[in-house]
Amino acid sequence: MPQYMLLIYGDSNQAPAADSPEGQAEFGRWMGYTQAMIDAGVFVAGDQLHPADTASTVRAPNGERVVTDGPFAETKEILGGYYLLNLPDLDAALTWAEQAPHIARGSVEVRPVVARG
Amino acid sequence: MSGSAAAQAVGRAFREEGPAILATLARQAGGDVGLAEDALQDALAVALITWPRDGIPRVPAAWITTTARRKAIDRLRRERGLDERTAAAEYLMRLERDHPEEEPDSALGDDRLRLVFTCCHPALMMDARVALTLRMLGGLTTAEVARAFLVPEPTMAQRLVRAKRKIAAAHIPYRVPSDEDLPDRLAGVLAVVYLVFNEGYRASAGAQLVREDLCAEAIRLARLLTALMPDDAETIGLLALMLLHDARRASRTDAEGGYVALDRQDRSRWDRARIDEGSALLDRALRLRRPGPYQLQAAISALHAAAPDADATDWPQIAALYARLAEVAPSPVVEVNRAVAVAFADDPRAGLQVLEPLLADDALAGYQPLHAAHAELLRRAGDGAGASEAYGRAIALTENAVELEELRSRRDALRSTER
Repeated sequence: MPQYMLLIYGDSNQAPAADSPEGQAEFGRWMGYTQAMIDAGVFVAGDQLHPADTASTVRAPNGERVVTDGPFAETKEILGGYYLLNLPDLDAALTWAEQAPHIARGSVEVRPVVARG
Repeated sequence: MSGSAAAQAVGRAFREEGPAILATLARQAGGDVGLAEDALQDALAVALITWPRDGIPRVPAAWITTTARRKAIDRLRRERGLDERTAAAEYLMRLERDHPEEEPDSALGDDRLRLVFTCCHPALMMDARVALTLRMLGGLTTAEVARAFLVPEPTMAQRLVRAKRKIAAAHIPYRVPSDEDLPDRLAGVLAVVYLVFNEGYRASAGAQLVREDLCAEAIRLARLLTALMPDDAETIGLLALMLLHDARRASRTDAEGGYVALDRQDRSRWDRARIDEGSALLDRALRLRRPGPYQLQAAISALHAAAPDADATDWPQIAALYARLAEVAPSPVVEVNRAVAVAFADDPRAGLQVLEPLLADDALAGYQPLHAAHAELLRRAGDGAGASEAYGRAIALTENAVELEELRSRRDALRSTER
């Protein structure tokens, strides 16, 4: 069965604060979203990521490691989490993607995983 | 038979039979549209050698089916590894062994519908949907599709390759959408077909011949869709709309290639057979009682077609249809057309009132048709100075040379009557 990675993008400035009632409610919706994936038998993995300001980026252009603080994010939408799902086809993946709790203010990038047979 | 006659027969057979064979082979290969297309290309290459040498097969479609299937099996074997590929290869080999003449014909129509929905999947870019539809469903060669859209062939080839790669990698499903998704997805398919038509219908000098091909191709695709979905009112409505527009094609340009507006067209040059067919289709669509934007536009077009001359046009009815269209599919294009219809049905001032909110919208400041219509209505309302100014705005926004000349001559005529 094909696998898809759903990359959750959003603008953290627009997300409700985690300790606000809205933030609590949204957290509950993410839990419900994940549980629905588990119940449907499609869930392989999924996690929330710490904000982009905790990121480190590594390069080695001349064989020498260069670490920079943070991502090279010029857009406002940054990667905030991911799901890895087993699904029959792209339509199924798009249907899950549109149900993401933040979909009204963010986006979900759906990427097919390369199958190794 | 000469070699070139045989080569022509190959071209014709693949153009006519290819899409249906591709559609079925794609399903049998587990929904792998790209593989089916590659296999069909392989079969074409073989035919170009064997048909001139051995003669044209008695049943070309059967020959193409068998050859393409074998080529698909070869390709799957070469790339064997994935379970799904192996399964597809085994299925094709079983078909090859047990039922060389394969499944009942009833499955064939469904296969082509599957192909339609895959080619027009919303996860593909619009450009790619159009190209895939013409290539796979219309049976056009990559070179023909490239020429029709005035892009270099390598660019078009790349666009097609990328689209096919995405279909395969992302597993864009090879199936007719569920009832729940069908209306949306079908609307997307019709939009692709209408875009092909409009690309051809927009009068543009130079590339005209190719573009007429595009109109014909869009009509052919719509005929296929109405055959596959005989009860969908909007699908029939789109076919009716395109036939009614197409009936006027010859009269839209004069001997010098200049554009001729509807009210000045020589109506004796309209294609009566197309008008009759379009009107009959529209009636059939309306009887299904599922109105929609294509049927409304077809109804407007049919009213124009029914008028023996421009003065006899049923403008009140056309204005009412535009009002309805503005409700279901609002857009500046519809509003501008509605204003013109209201002006004819009622009086120019009523038409100008319809334009007012559009003129107040900054986002439409650069919308040429708005200013052209505004100028025209002001002129007819007797406001020469205002009309002249509005013509100036329209002229500044016009790139098409033919249209530019038309607008300038209208403005100049205005000045000469003022004197």
